[in-house]
Amino acid sequence: MKKLVIYTENAEETRAAGAKLAAAAEPNMVFLMKGDLGAGKTTMTQGMARGLGIARHVTSPTFNLLKIYKGRMPLYHIDAYRLEGVSQDLGFEEFLNDDGLTVIEWSQFVPDLIPEEHLSISLHLEAEDRRRIELEASGEAYEKLLEVFA
Amino acid sequence: MTMILAIETSCDETACAVVKDGNEILSNIVSSQINVHTLYGGVVPEVASRIHVENISAVISEAVRKAGVTMADIDAIAYTRGPGLIGSLHVGVQAAKTLAWTFHKPLVPVHHLTGHIYANAFVTDLKFPLLALVVSGGHTELVRMKDDWSFEVLGSTMDDAIGEAYDKVARVLDLGYPGGPVIDRMAKTGQPLYRLPQPKAAGELDFSFSGLKTAVLQLVDRERRHGNEVKAEDLACSFQETALRQLISRTLKAVEEYKPAMLVLAGGVAANSRLRQMITEEMAAYPDTELVIPPMWCCTDNAAMIGAAGTVAWKHGLTGDLSAAADPALEMPGEKS
Repeated sequence: MKKLVIYTENAEETRAAGAKLAAAAEPNMVFLMKGDLGAGKTTMTQGMARGLGIARHVTSPTFNLLKIYKGRMPLYHIDAYRLEGVSQDLGFEEFLNDDGLTVIEWSQFVPDLIPEEHLSISLHLEAEDRRRIELEASGEAYEKLLEVFA
Repeated sequence: MTMILAIETSCDETACAVVKDGNEILSNIVSSQINVHTLYGGVVPEVASRIHVENISAVISEAVRKAGVTMADIDAIAYTRGPGLIGSLHVGVQAAKTLAWTFHKPLVPVHHLTGHIYANAFVTDLKFPLLALVVSGGHTELVRMKDDWSFEVLGSTMDDAIGEAYDKVARVLDLGYPGGPVIDRMAKTGQPLYRLPQPKAAGELDFSFSGLKTAVLQLVDRERRHGNEVKAEDLACSFQETALRQLISRTLKAVEEYKPAMLVLAGGVAANSRLRQMITEEMAAYPDTELVIPPMWCCTDNAAMIGAAGTVAWKHGLTGDLSAAADPALEMPGEKS
Protein backbone atom coordinates (compact mmCIF):
# COMPACT_ATOMS: atom_id res chain seq x y z
CA MET A 1 0.00 0.00 0.00
CA LYS A 2 1.24 3.46 -0.90
CA LYS A 3 0.14 6.63 0.80
CA LEU A 4 0.33 10.25 -0.19
CA VAL A 5 -0.99 13.46 1.35
CA ILE A 6 -1.74 16.58 -0.64
CA TYR A 7 -3.23 19.92 0.37
CA THR A 8 -5.59 22.15 -1.59
CA GLU A 9 -6.37 25.76 -0.76
CA ASN A 10 -9.72 26.14 -2.49
CA ALA A 11 -12.42 24.28 -4.39
CA GLU A 12 -10.72 24.84 -7.74
CA GLU A 13 -7.51 23.20 -6.51
CA THR A 14 -9.55 20.29 -5.17
CA ARG A 15 -11.14 19.92 -8.60
CA ALA A 16 -7.75 20.13 -10.31
CA ALA A 17 -6.44 17.28 -8.14
CA GLY A 18 -9.48 15.20 -9.09
CA ALA A 19 -8.99 16.01 -12.78
CA LYS A 20 -5.35 14.92 -12.62
CA LEU A 21 -6.26 11.54 -11.13
CA ALA A 22 -9.09 10.86 -13.53
CA ALA A 23 -7.08 11.89 -16.58
CA ALA A 24 -4.58 9.13 -15.75
CA ALA A 25 -7.16 6.57 -14.57
CA GLU A 26 -7.66 3.28 -16.37
CA PRO A 27 -10.98 1.61 -17.15
CA ASN A 28 -12.59 -0.34 -14.26
CA MET A 29 -10.81 1.66 -11.57
CA VAL A 30 -12.64 2.36 -8.32
CA PHE A 31 -12.10 5.46 -6.19
CA LEU A 32 -13.55 5.65 -2.67
CA MET A 33 -14.30 9.16 -1.44
CA LYS A 34 -14.32 9.64 2.33
CA GLY A 35 -15.01 12.65 4.50
CA ASP A 36 -17.78 14.37 6.42
CA LEU A 37 -20.70 16.24 4.92
CA GLY A 38 -19.16 19.29 3.29
CA ALA A 39 -15.60 17.93 3.13
CA GLY A 40 -15.49 18.33 -0.65
CA LYS A 41 -16.25 14.86 -2.01
CA THR A 42 -18.62 16.04 -4.69
CA THR A 43 -16.28 18.95 -5.56
CA MET A 44 -13.36 16.59 -6.16
CA THR A 45 -15.60 14.30 -8.19
CA GLN A 46 -16.50 17.29 -10.38
CA GLY A 47 -12.80 17.58 -11.14
CA MET A 48 -12.64 13.89 -12.00
CA ALA A 49 -15.45 14.38 -14.50
CA ARG A 50 -13.46 17.21 -16.06
CA GLY A 51 -10.43 14.92 -16.25
CA LEU A 52 -12.52 12.43 -18.21
CA GLY A 53 -13.66 15.13 -20.62
CA ILE A 54 -17.22 15.14 -19.31
CA ALA A 55 -18.94 18.40 -20.14
CA ARG A 56 -22.05 17.81 -18.06
CA HIS A 57 -21.95 19.31 -14.60
CA VAL A 58 -21.61 16.73 -11.83
CA THR A 59 -24.08 17.26 -9.01
CA SER A 60 -24.71 15.40 -5.78
CA PRO A 61 -25.90 11.86 -6.42
CA THR A 62 -27.40 11.52 -2.93
CA PHE A 63 -31.00 11.48 -4.09
CA ASN A 64 -30.64 9.02 -6.96
CA LEU A 65 -27.79 7.02 -5.36
CA LEU A 66 -26.19 6.60 -8.79
CA LYS A 67 -25.48 9.04 -11.57
CA ILE A 68 -23.86 8.14 -14.87
CA TYR A 69 -21.87 10.51 -17.09
CA LYS A 70 -20.44 9.89 -20.54
CA GLY A 71 -16.86 10.94 -21.24
CA ARG A 72 -13.55 9.43 -22.39
CA MET A 73 -14.91 6.54 -20.37
CA PRO A 74 -18.13 6.53 -18.34
CA LEU A 75 -18.12 7.92 -14.83
CA TYR A 76 -20.32 6.04 -12.36
CA HIS A 77 -20.90 8.31 -9.40
CA ILE A 78 -22.37 6.41 -6.47
CA ASP A 79 -23.42 7.94 -3.15
CA ALA A 80 -24.20 5.56 -0.30
CA TYR A 81 -25.13 8.30 2.19
CA ARG A 82 -28.72 7.07 2.43
CA LEU A 83 -27.72 3.46 2.90
CA GLU A 84 -26.29 3.68 6.41
CA GLY A 85 -27.28 0.60 8.38
CA VAL A 86 -28.97 -1.05 5.43
CA SER A 87 -27.47 -4.18 3.97
CA GLN A 88 -28.80 -4.95 0.53
CA ASP A 89 -28.07 -5.85 -3.05
CA LEU A 90 -28.19 -2.69 -5.16
CA GLY A 91 -27.18 -4.15 -8.49
CA PHE A 92 -24.31 -1.65 -8.62
CA GLU A 93 -21.67 -4.37 -9.01
CA GLU A 94 -22.27 -4.46 -12.73
CA PHE A 95 -20.76 -0.98 -13.07
CA LEU A 96 -17.56 -1.86 -11.27
CA ASN A 97 -16.45 -4.05 -14.17
CA ASP A 98 -17.92 -2.08 -16.98
CA ASP A 99 -14.99 -0.14 -18.45
CA GLY A 100 -15.71 3.02 -16.54
CA LEU A 101 -14.39 4.90 -13.55
CA THR A 102 -16.50 4.24 -10.45
CA VAL A 103 -16.44 6.83 -7.70
CA ILE A 104 -18.15 5.89 -4.45
CA GLU A 105 -18.99 8.43 -1.74
CA TRP A 106 -19.77 7.11 1.77
CA SER A 107 -18.32 3.74 0.74
CA GLN A 108 -18.23 2.62 4.39
CA PHE A 109 -21.97 1.97 4.07
CA VAL A 110 -21.49 -0.43 1.15
CA PRO A 111 -18.53 -2.61 2.23
CA ASP A 112 -19.56 -5.45 -0.09
CA LEU A 113 -19.11 -3.17 -3.07
CA ILE A 114 -15.44 -2.36 -2.42
CA PRO A 115 -12.94 -4.34 -4.50
CA GLU A 116 -9.62 -5.35 -2.98
CA GLU A 117 -7.72 -3.01 -5.29
CA HIS A 118 -8.85 0.60 -5.19
CA LEU A 119 -7.83 4.14 -4.40
CA SER A 120 -9.08 5.55 -1.13
CA ILE A 121 -9.37 9.36 -0.99
CA SER A 122 -10.04 10.95 2.41
CA LEU A 123 -10.87 14.65 2.53
CA HIS A 124 -10.48 16.67 5.71
CA LEU A 125 -11.52 20.23 6.28
CA GLU A 126 -8.44 21.94 7.79
CA ALA A 127 -9.53 25.56 7.74
CA GLU A 128 -12.17 27.53 5.92
CA ASP A 129 -11.20 26.45 2.41
CA ARG A 130 -8.08 24.39 3.02
CA ARG A 131 -8.42 20.62 2.59
CA ARG A 132 -6.02 17.82 3.51
CA ILE A 133 -6.44 14.97 1.06
CA GLU A 134 -5.05 11.56 1.98
CA LEU A 135 -4.61 9.15 -0.90
CA GLU A 136 -4.16 5.45 -0.19
CA ALA A 137 -3.45 3.14 -3.11
CA SER A 138 -4.23 -0.57 -2.80
CA GLY A 139 -2.83 -2.47 -5.78
CA GLU A 140 -0.08 -1.87 -8.27
CA ALA A 141 -2.09 0.04 -10.85
CA TYR A 142 -3.29 2.44 -8.20
CA GLU A 143 0.20 2.92 -6.77
CA LYS A 144 1.34 3.85 -10.24
CA LEU A 145 -1.57 6.23 -10.57
CA LEU A 146 -0.35 8.26 -7.60
CA GLU A 147 2.75 9.16 -9.61
CA VAL A 148 0.70 11.91 -11.26
CA PHE A 149 1.37 13.91 -8.08
CA ALA A 150 5.14 13.25 -8.19
CA MET B 1 -60.14 13.14 -27.50
CA THR B 2 -56.94 11.71 -26.08
CA MET B 3 -56.87 9.15 -23.30
CA ILE B 4 -53.51 8.37 -21.70
CA LEU B 5 -52.71 5.81 -19.02
CA ALA B 6 -49.62 6.92 -17.12
CA ILE B 7 -47.24 5.11 -14.78
CA GLU B 8 -44.74 6.72 -12.39
CA THR B 9 -42.33 4.81 -10.14
CA SER B 10 -39.18 6.93 -10.13
CA CYS B 11 -38.83 7.12 -6.36
CA ASP B 12 -41.16 6.66 -3.38
CA GLU B 13 -44.54 6.42 -5.01
CA THR B 14 -46.09 3.66 -7.06
CA ALA B 15 -48.56 5.61 -9.15
CA CYS B 16 -50.93 5.16 -12.07
CA ALA B 17 -53.41 7.58 -13.58
CA VAL B 18 -55.80 7.94 -16.48
CA VAL B 19 -55.79 11.42 -18.01
CA LYS B 20 -58.21 12.73 -20.64
CA ASP B 21 -57.14 15.45 -23.10
CA GLY B 22 -54.07 16.28 -21.05
CA ASN B 23 -55.86 18.20 -18.33
CA GLU B 24 -58.70 16.12 -16.96
CA ILE B 25 -57.96 13.48 -14.35
CA LEU B 26 -60.21 10.43 -14.55
CA SER B 27 -58.21 8.64 -11.87
CA ASN B 28 -54.96 9.24 -10.01
CA ILE B 29 -53.83 6.44 -7.70
CA VAL B 30 -50.74 6.91 -5.56
CA SER B 31 -49.40 4.37 -3.13
CA SER B 32 -46.73 6.06 -1.03
CA GLN B 33 -43.92 4.32 0.81
CA ILE B 34 -42.88 7.32 2.79
CA ASN B 35 -43.64 5.72 6.16
CA VAL B 36 -41.43 2.77 5.37
CA HIS B 37 -38.51 5.05 4.50
CA THR B 38 -38.95 7.26 7.55
CA LEU B 39 -37.61 4.32 9.53
CA TYR B 40 -34.35 4.50 7.61
CA GLY B 41 -33.96 8.25 7.21
CA GLY B 42 -34.19 8.06 3.47
CA VAL B 43 -35.23 6.08 0.47
CA VAL B 44 -34.02 2.51 0.55
CA PRO B 45 -33.73 1.37 -3.03
CA GLU B 46 -34.12 -2.36 -2.61
CA VAL B 47 -37.09 -1.89 -0.31
CA ALA B 48 -38.46 0.68 -2.75
CA SER B 49 -38.23 -1.70 -5.74
CA ARG B 50 -39.80 -4.58 -3.83
CA ILE B 51 -42.74 -2.47 -2.68
CA HIS B 52 -43.20 -1.11 -6.20
CA VAL B 53 -43.41 -4.70 -7.46
CA GLU B 54 -45.97 -5.55 -4.78
CA ASN B 55 -48.08 -2.47 -5.50
CA ILE B 56 -47.92 -1.91 -9.23
CA SER B 57 -50.62 -4.35 -10.46
CA ALA B 58 -53.17 -3.24 -7.87
CA VAL B 59 -52.44 0.43 -8.54
CA ILE B 60 -52.90 0.00 -12.30
CA SER B 61 -56.16 -1.93 -12.05
CA GLU B 62 -57.52 0.53 -9.50
CA ALA B 63 -56.64 3.45 -11.81
CA VAL B 64 -58.45 1.83 -14.75
CA ARG B 65 -61.45 0.81 -12.64
CA LYS B 66 -61.84 4.21 -11.01
CA ALA B 67 -61.54 6.01 -14.35
CA GLY B 68 -64.50 3.98 -15.59
CA VAL B 69 -62.68 3.03 -18.77
CA THR B 70 -61.40 -0.16 -20.34
CA MET B 71 -58.02 -0.64 -21.96
CA ALA B 72 -59.76 -0.30 -25.34
CA ASP B 73 -60.37 3.39 -24.52
CA ILE B 74 -56.68 4.11 -23.89
CA ASP B 75 -54.71 5.72 -26.73
CA ALA B 76 -51.21 5.31 -25.32
CA ILE B 77 -49.23 4.28 -22.24
CA ALA B 78 -46.99 7.03 -20.82
CA TYR B 79 -44.33 6.17 -18.27
CA THR B 80 -41.48 7.81 -16.40
CA ARG B 81 -38.28 6.70 -18.07
CA GLY B 82 -36.03 8.75 -15.79
CA PRO B 83 -34.36 10.26 -13.94
CA GLY B 84 -34.73 8.41 -10.66
CA LEU B 85 -33.70 5.34 -8.70
CA ILE B 86 -32.74 2.67 -11.19
CA GLY B 87 -34.46 -0.26 -9.45
CA SER B 88 -37.65 1.70 -8.92
CA LEU B 89 -37.78 3.00 -12.48
CA HIS B 90 -37.39 -0.53 -13.85
CA VAL B 91 -40.66 -1.63 -12.24
CA GLY B 92 -42.68 1.12 -13.92
CA VAL B 93 -40.94 0.67 -17.27
CA GLN B 94 -41.60 -3.08 -17.25
CA ALA B 95 -45.24 -2.55 -16.31
CA ALA B 96 -45.70 0.01 -19.10
CA LYS B 97 -44.05 -2.25 -21.67
CA THR B 98 -46.15 -5.22 -20.57
CA LEU B 99 -49.37 -3.23 -20.96
CA ALA B 100 -48.25 -1.84 -24.32
CA TRP B 101 -47.38 -5.30 -25.62
CA THR B 102 -50.50 -7.01 -24.28
CA PHE B 103 -52.99 -4.37 -25.45
CA HIS B 104 -51.12 -3.18 -28.58
CA LYS B 105 -50.74 0.41 -27.36
CA PRO B 106 -48.00 2.88 -28.23
CA LEU B 107 -45.51 3.74 -25.50
CA VAL B 108 -44.66 7.32 -24.57
CA PRO B 109 -41.50 7.75 -22.47
CA VAL B 110 -41.62 10.83 -20.26
CA HIS B 111 -38.94 12.76 -18.38
CA HIS B 112 -39.97 13.03 -14.73
CA LEU B 113 -39.40 16.80 -14.57
CA THR B 114 -41.50 17.56 -17.63
CA GLY B 115 -44.24 15.81 -15.66
CA HIS B 116 -43.73 18.11 -12.68
CA ILE B 117 -44.00 21.15 -14.95
CA TYR B 118 -47.12 19.78 -16.64
CA ALA B 119 -48.78 19.17 -13.26
CA ASN B 120 -49.72 22.82 -13.64
CA ALA B 121 -51.87 21.97 -16.66
CA PHE B 122 -54.43 20.67 -14.16
CA VAL B 123 -54.61 24.14 -12.61
CA THR B 124 -54.85 26.28 -15.73
CA ASP B 125 -54.01 26.32 -19.44
CA LEU B 126 -50.27 26.83 -19.74
CA LYS B 127 -49.11 29.96 -21.55
CA PHE B 128 -45.86 30.26 -23.46
CA PRO B 129 -43.17 31.43 -23.23
CA LEU B 130 -43.20 29.80 -19.82
CA LEU B 131 -40.67 29.74 -17.02
CA ALA B 132 -40.68 26.87 -14.53
CA LEU B 133 -38.90 26.70 -11.20
CA VAL B 134 -38.49 22.98 -10.57
CA VAL B 135 -37.52 22.24 -7.00
CA SER B 136 -37.39 18.80 -5.40
CA GLY B 137 -35.25 16.31 -3.53
CA GLY B 138 -33.16 15.60 -6.60
CA HIS B 139 -33.51 18.78 -8.69
CA THR B 140 -33.25 22.54 -8.62
CA GLU B 141 -33.72 23.96 -12.09
CA LEU B 142 -35.00 26.98 -13.95
CA VAL B 143 -36.50 25.79 -17.21
CA ARG B 144 -37.68 27.98 -20.07
CA MET B 145 -40.25 26.69 -22.53
CA LYS B 146 -40.74 28.67 -25.74
CA ASP B 147 -43.59 26.38 -26.71
CA ASP B 148 -45.29 23.30 -25.31
CA TRP B 149 -42.40 20.90 -25.97
CA SER B 150 -39.14 22.83 -25.85
CA PHE B 151 -37.21 22.75 -22.62
CA GLU B 152 -34.19 24.98 -22.10
CA VAL B 153 -32.47 24.61 -18.75
CA LEU B 154 -31.41 28.18 -17.90
CA GLY B 155 -29.87 27.33 -14.57
CA SER B 156 -29.47 24.39 -12.25
CA THR B 157 -27.79 23.44 -9.01
CA MET B 158 -24.02 23.15 -9.12
CA ASP B 159 -24.01 20.66 -6.23
CA ASP B 160 -26.93 19.65 -3.99
CA ALA B 161 -30.61 19.95 -4.81
CA ILE B 162 -32.57 22.18 -2.46
CA GLY B 163 -34.69 19.30 -1.15
CA GLU B 164 -31.51 17.36 -0.40
CA ALA B 165 -30.18 20.34 1.57
CA TYR B 166 -33.41 20.35 3.60
CA ASP B 167 -33.03 16.60 4.27
CA LYS B 168 -29.39 16.92 5.32
CA VAL B 169 -29.99 19.91 7.58
CA ALA B 170 -32.94 18.04 9.13
CA ARG B 171 -30.63 15.12 9.80
CA VAL B 172 -28.06 17.36 11.48
CA LEU B 173 -30.84 18.70 13.73
CA ASP B 174 -32.29 15.19 14.32
CA LEU B 175 -35.61 16.14 12.79
CA GLY B 176 -36.18 12.97 10.74
CA TYR B 177 -37.01 12.37 7.09
CA PRO B 178 -38.19 14.01 4.93
CA GLY B 179 -36.73 17.32 6.08
CA GLY B 180 -38.84 19.77 4.07
CA PRO B 181 -42.18 19.77 5.89
CA VAL B 182 -40.68 19.69 9.39
CA ILE B 183 -38.23 22.55 8.72
CA ASP B 184 -41.02 24.56 7.09
CA ARG B 185 -43.17 24.01 10.20
CA MET B 186 -40.44 24.75 12.74
CA ALA B 187 -39.30 27.87 10.89
CA LYS B 188 -42.70 29.44 11.51
CA THR B 189 -41.96 29.74 15.23
CA GLY B 190 -38.30 30.71 14.78
CA GLN B 191 -36.39 33.88 13.95
CA PRO B 192 -33.65 34.17 11.30
CA LEU B 193 -31.07 34.96 13.98
CA TYR B 194 -28.19 32.84 12.69
CA ARG B 195 -26.07 34.39 9.97
CA LEU B 196 -25.53 31.93 7.12
CA PRO B 197 -23.60 32.58 3.91
CA GLN B 198 -25.37 32.86 0.57
CA PRO B 199 -23.24 30.53 -1.59
CA LYS B 200 -22.04 31.69 -4.97
CA ALA B 201 -22.81 29.62 -8.05
CA ALA B 202 -21.19 29.53 -11.47
CA GLY B 203 -23.78 31.24 -13.65
CA GLU B 204 -26.08 33.97 -12.47
CA LEU B 205 -29.09 31.69 -12.89
CA ASP B 206 -27.40 28.68 -11.30
CA PHE B 207 -27.88 27.47 -7.74
CA SER B 208 -25.65 26.12 -4.99
CA PHE B 209 -26.74 24.64 -1.67
CA SER B 210 -23.75 22.55 -0.63
CA GLY B 211 -21.94 25.46 1.03
CA LEU B 212 -25.08 26.42 2.94
CA LYS B 213 -25.46 22.86 4.19
CA THR B 214 -21.81 22.86 5.29
CA ALA B 215 -22.27 26.22 7.02
CA VAL B 216 -25.22 24.88 9.05
CA LEU B 217 -23.17 21.84 9.99
CA GLN B 218 -20.17 23.92 11.08
CA LEU B 219 -22.39 26.29 13.04
CA VAL B 220 -24.01 23.43 14.97
CA ASP B 221 -20.57 21.90 15.67
CA ARG B 222 -19.15 25.20 16.85
CA GLU B 223 -22.08 26.02 19.13
CA ARG B 224 -22.09 22.54 20.66
CA ARG B 225 -18.33 22.68 21.19
CA HIS B 226 -18.78 25.93 23.09
CA GLY B 227 -21.54 24.39 25.15
CA ASN B 228 -24.19 26.64 23.59
CA GLU B 229 -27.63 25.32 22.91
CA VAL B 230 -28.68 25.54 19.26
CA LYS B 231 -32.24 26.71 18.99
CA ALA B 232 -33.56 24.45 16.27
CA GLU B 233 -36.49 26.72 15.36
CA ASP B 234 -34.17 29.68 14.78
CA LEU B 235 -31.67 27.65 12.78
CA ALA B 236 -34.48 26.12 10.70
CA CYS B 237 -35.78 29.61 10.03
CA SER B 238 -32.32 31.01 9.18
CA PHE B 239 -31.58 28.11 6.83
CA GLN B 240 -34.94 28.31 5.12
CA GLU B 241 -34.79 32.08 4.57
CA THR B 242 -31.27 31.82 3.09
CA ALA B 243 -32.09 28.87 0.85
CA LEU B 244 -35.38 30.28 -0.43
CA ARG B 245 -33.94 33.77 -0.95
CA GLN B 246 -31.52 32.18 -3.41
CA LEU B 247 -34.38 30.53 -5.32
CA ILE B 248 -36.33 33.76 -5.44
CA SER B 249 -33.43 35.97 -6.56
CA ARG B 250 -32.52 33.68 -9.50
CA THR B 251 -36.14 33.28 -10.49
CA LEU B 252 -36.78 37.02 -10.52
CA LYS B 253 -33.64 37.55 -12.55
CA ALA B 254 -34.90 35.07 -15.15
CA VAL B 255 -38.35 36.67 -15.17
CA GLU B 256 -36.77 40.05 -15.87
CA GLU B 257 -34.53 38.70 -18.58
CA TYR B 258 -36.99 36.47 -20.42
CA LYS B 259 -40.31 38.15 -19.60
CA PRO B 260 -42.33 34.92 -19.65
CA ALA B 261 -46.11 34.95 -20.00
CA MET B 262 -46.29 32.50 -17.12
CA LEU B 263 -44.18 31.38 -14.16
CA VAL B 264 -44.97 27.98 -12.67
CA LEU B 265 -43.64 26.25 -9.58
CA ALA B 266 -43.06 22.52 -9.78
CA GLY B 267 -41.72 19.63 -7.70
CA GLY B 268 -42.01 18.58 -4.07
CA VAL B 269 -40.38 21.69 -2.59
CA ALA B 270 -43.09 23.79 -4.30
CA ALA B 271 -45.28 22.56 -1.44
CA ASN B 272 -43.19 24.68 0.95
CA SER B 273 -45.48 27.29 2.49
CA ARG B 274 -42.81 29.96 2.88
CA LEU B 275 -41.71 29.60 -0.76
CA ARG B 276 -45.32 30.01 -1.88
CA GLN B 277 -45.70 33.10 0.24
CA MET B 278 -42.41 34.70 -0.87
CA ILE B 279 -42.91 34.10 -4.58
CA THR B 280 -46.49 35.40 -4.43
CA GLU B 281 -45.31 38.61 -2.74
CA GLU B 282 -42.38 39.14 -5.10
CA MET B 283 -44.28 38.39 -8.30
CA ALA B 284 -46.82 41.09 -7.52
CA ALA B 285 -44.27 43.46 -9.08
CA TYR B 286 -44.48 41.60 -12.42
CA PRO B 287 -48.12 41.82 -13.53
CA ASP B 288 -47.29 40.72 -17.09
CA THR B 289 -46.19 37.31 -15.86
CA GLU B 290 -48.96 35.10 -14.54
CA LEU B 291 -47.89 33.12 -11.47
CA VAL B 292 -49.19 29.58 -11.10
CA ILE B 293 -48.66 27.72 -7.85
CA PRO B 294 -49.85 24.14 -8.11
CA PRO B 295 -51.99 22.70 -5.32
CA MET B 296 -50.13 20.54 -2.81
CA TRP B 297 -51.34 17.26 -4.28
CA CYS B 298 -49.66 17.83 -7.61
CA CYS B 299 -46.32 18.98 -6.19
CA THR B 300 -45.44 15.52 -4.95
CA ASP B 301 -44.85 12.63 -7.33
CA ASN B 302 -47.95 11.30 -9.04
CA ALA B 303 -48.82 9.69 -12.34
CA ALA B 304 -51.40 12.24 -13.50
CA MET B 305 -48.60 14.71 -14.21
CA ILE B 306 -46.84 12.08 -16.32
CA GLY B 307 -50.15 11.65 -18.15
CA ALA B 308 -50.36 15.40 -18.78
CA ALA B 309 -46.81 15.61 -20.14
CA GLY B 310 -47.33 12.31 -21.94
CA THR B 311 -50.36 13.70 -23.75
CA VAL B 312 -48.28 16.55 -25.21
CA ALA B 313 -45.43 14.18 -26.14
CA TRP B 314 -47.97 11.83 -27.76
CA LYS B 315 -49.43 14.68 -29.82
CA HIS B 316 -45.89 15.45 -31.01
CA GLY B 317 -45.50 11.81 -32.04
CA LEU B 318 -42.76 11.14 -29.48
CA THR B 319 -43.39 7.47 -28.96
CA GLY B 320 -40.87 4.87 -27.82
CA ASP B 321 -40.72 1.18 -28.46
CA LEU B 322 -40.55 -2.05 -26.50
CA SER B 323 -36.76 -1.98 -26.38
CA ALA B 324 -36.86 1.07 -24.09
CA ALA B 325 -35.03 0.84 -20.80
CA ALA B 326 -35.10 2.97 -17.69
CA ASP B 327 -32.48 5.74 -17.70
CA PRO B 328 -31.62 6.91 -14.18
CA ALA B 329 -29.63 9.87 -15.58
CA LEU B 330 -32.05 10.84 -18.37
CA GLU B 331 -31.57 14.36 -19.68
CA MET B 332 -34.46 16.67 -20.37
CA PRO B 333 -35.49 16.99 -24.00
CA GLY B 334 -33.35 19.89 -25.20
CA GLU B 335 -31.14 19.96 -22.12
CA LYS B 336 -27.64 21.24 -22.83
CA SER B 337 -25.17 18.57 -21.84
